[in-house]
Amino acid sequence: MAEKEEVKLLGIWASPFSRRIEMALKLKGIAYDYVEESLDNKSPLLLALNPIHKKVPVLVHNGKAILESHVVLEYIDETWKHNPILPQDPYDRSKARFFAKLVDEQIFNAGFVSMTKAEQQGREDLAEQTRELITYLEKELVGKDFLGGKSVGFLDLVAGSMIPFCLERGWEGMGLQVITDDKFPEYKRWVKNLEKVESVTDCIPPKEKHIEHMNFMVGRFRSS
Amino acid sequence: MANQVTLLDFWPSMFGMRTKIALAEKGVEYEYKETDPWVKTPLLIEMNPVHKKIPVLIHNGKPICESLIQIEYIDEVWSDTYPILPSDPYEKSQARFWGEFIDRKFYDPSWKVWATMGEEHVAARKELIEHFKTLETELGDKPYFGGEVFGFVDIALIGYYSWFKAMEKFGEFRLEKEVPKLVEWTKRCIVRESVVKSMADPDNIIQYACVLRKNLGVE
Repeated sequence: MAEKEEVKLLGIWASPFSRRIEMALKLKGIAYDYVEESLDNKSPLLLALNPIHKKVPVLVHNGKAILESHVVLEYIDETWKHNPILPQDPYDRSKARFFAKLVDEQIFNAGFVSMTKAEQQGREDLAEQTRELITYLEKELVGKDFLGGKSVGFLDLVAGSMIPFCLERGWEGMGLQVITDDKFPEYKRWVKNLEKVESVTDCIPPKEKHIEHMNFMVGRFRSS
Repeated sequence: MANQVTLLDFWPSMFGMRTKIALAEKGVEYEYKETDPWVKTPLLIEMNPVHKKIPVLIHNGKPICESLIQIEYIDEVWSDTYPILPSDPYEKSQARFWGEFIDRKFYDPSWKVWATMGEEHVAARKELIEHFKTLETELGDKPYFGGEVFGFVDIALIGYYSWFKAMEKFGEFRLEKEVPKLVEWTKRCIVRESVVKSMADPDNIIQYACVLRKNLGVE
């Protein structure tokens, strides 16, 4: 890998899906160009590279586009093999992939998408459902500094970008307390650990601006 | 260490069919346990506490859930024979992308087309045909989605084959007319031993769909 690698990331500052890619690139020390996309005014480049979904993140590596955040993370890990983010053991890898899917599908759905369309009581019920789902991660964290074990891994990037540094901001905007103090000691410890990792904290959207954005997204999802 | 492999699956499941195909391609011997996902047995709950769904692949007592995750696991563990995913990271990323497409975009209209009525049904039919066409475009002139080799995306899609006849019947369309090249691809896949062994009879699937439609009040 002696020649200059061309790495470009198309992302959106508030998107947990693109933020997690930035975290991975920083963890691996990979230099990249960043292109900020807009939800409403998608660039011709984005539309050309991702015609099917028209979404971020898009990673462009030496002219080739890789799409879907989990797919991009795995691509990064396989291409730049130092500081691995996926476990070596196939069973552990399958668990990381399973929980990553849980975060981006069920937790994101119950913890945000469905909430936007519900009223206060409905949101409280969804908050309870979300707590039940996050409890699976709580159990995985017992005895570990990170979901990846001793260091930040694939699942930390997925769950970290999504829950503490995105959904929690949405919940604050909605006036909901989802992560109750008593039930999530491991989660809270994990978030504190994440906050000590530069590659993670460098890539977190600024809080107040993010809460405002999440409130805007509530309106957007509600009317869709 | 003895390799003990068990698959909890339900005969009509297109997801279970994928896993069966992958196991067969690798020549892995396993115990098949017919598991009705509506009956939450202690084993199902123990092995898939989060979703309580099939298929569940159990390898030496450890459960692996979600069919595409199972296929990657099978490929990584039984890596000395018949690679299912390409080795090149970019090619692999393309295969994974299409796997995601099938699960996140194709799946919904694929069941709504037989399980819904009225506007929802019309929308599902339109979307399903669009997605079939997208997949046909992706296939292009290759013999398989994997290129020369029957691979990950082929398995992900051919798992639905038993349901194609039901989709055509209740969606009132013909794949031969809409996506003739894709139909040629299915013909190449269904002569493979792994696929033959893993498919359900399409007419049995239609009967099963009829029962579900009655239960849903669609008939």
